[in-house]
Amino acid sequence: MQQIINFIIRNKSFLLYLLLFSIAFVFTIQSHSYHKSKFINSANFLSGGIYNSVNNVSEYIHLRTQNELLQEENNHLKSILYNQKDTINKTFTDTTYSGVSYNFTPAIVIKNSYSLNNNILLLNKGKRDSIQQDFGVVSPKGLVGIVDNTSKKYATVISVLNTSSRISAQLKKSNHFGSLVWNGKSPYLVQLTEIPKIAPLTAGDTIITSGRSSIFPKNIPIGTIDSFNLDASENYYIINVRLFNDMTSLEHVYIIENKDANEINALINNINE
Amino acid sequence: MNSLIFTHTFRFIILALLQVLVLSHINFLGYINPYLYIIFILLYPLKNNRIVFILLSFLLGLTIDMFLDSGGVHAAASVTIAFIRPVVLKFTFGAVYDHQTMKFSNVEFGSKLTYIVILTLIHHFILFSLEIFNFYKIILILQNTLFSSIFTIILCVLTTIIFSRRN
Repeated sequence: MQQIINFIIRNKSFLLYLLLFSIAFVFTIQSHSYHKSKFINSANFLSGGIYNSVNNVSEYIHLRTQNELLQEENNHLKSILYNQKDTINKTFTDTTYSGVSYNFTPAIVIKNSYSLNNNILLLNKGKRDSIQQDFGVVSPKGLVGIVDNTSKKYATVISVLNTSSRISAQLKKSNHFGSLVWNGKSPYLVQLTEIPKIAPLTAGDTIITSGRSSIFPKNIPIGTIDSFNLDASENYYIINVRLFNDMTSLEHVYIIENKDANEINALINNINE
Repeated sequence: MNSLIFTHTFRFIILALLQVLVLSHINFLGYINPYLYIIFILLYPLKNNRIVFILLSFLLGLTIDMFLDSGGVHAAASVTIAFIRPVVLKFTFGAVYDHQTMKFSNVEFGSKLTYIVILTLIHHFILFSLEIFNFYKIILILQNTLFSSIFTIILCVLTTIIFSRRN
């Protein structure tokens, strides 16, 4: 017993080092696996508050370009609204079921990152705005990511530029679908995998979300095909997709809540059991 | 003693804020960032309580991790260089360090540079290995380590030169 205590006292700094290194290592492992980074993330009052106050100042620098972006989107929405034929449904509607299955919440990106392997954004909306894990995030131009952790006022988002993110996507012209992943190289290119060899592809084709997951609705634009080649087994394509979004400059985004998500997930879990 | 604690607390906060608000958003050539905060560990007083020093380094790394959402990579790298610092000190400064009379302000520039280079390279190698976490991307790890280290070393040397003149 005496010897053990002596050993601990003699090597106390080494043991402390081992302990702290393993704690850090566990945090690292957790950050590499999807939806596990619970303890150390920037969605807390200290880092969220500091990023928020810095962003309050720095957003003025990008005000002009962001205004142009929003104006462009308004323009697009107006053109849809006024060109719409008279399709207002005058038949009786069931008021207990509104038919709206997606809720949109506007938010502002207060911390952006795109140069790491696992990029995470921070938004200024959180639990008190009823934002929860697994809500989708889009910008006026296209896909951004999926909500990971939320605190009272802030939420972290796993960006599409994250090697652990997987989002279901498809070709616009045919219904061939695959998973959108990122190889960590360029912030402008993401990879669409698992598209079968039979799918007709040409460079410049549009890629959209597939609506097969309960996170994103269908038809959210993602990007265009930059180049493609077959994978090692020669059965599936790996497609480089050039994003519509400039992930290096994000400001205004929308958080999408799928109101039917619980129902869909419960149903899928039922089948799996 | 109290002024020493005050100085280091101040340095801790300033370096952490500078790192997360400015230096991590430089993205020179797309991905190269300096990690100047390790200068806190490099220039920590030589006569210290080792346990407190290792704990402080861990805390500094973890603070950076919290802001950058990087899991525990900065904490792991920082605590490692804090732990091996005495070995590197002995290696680079030799007898001067053994006599316990050394001060960072009055050692020769060459051995000081060696000391900064060794610890920065070790820190950045651990940092990028854990961040990328894929042995097949060893080239990417080494490339990131090299470029970011150059950036960090230049900034560290500049900082030590600028702030040592006041004393």
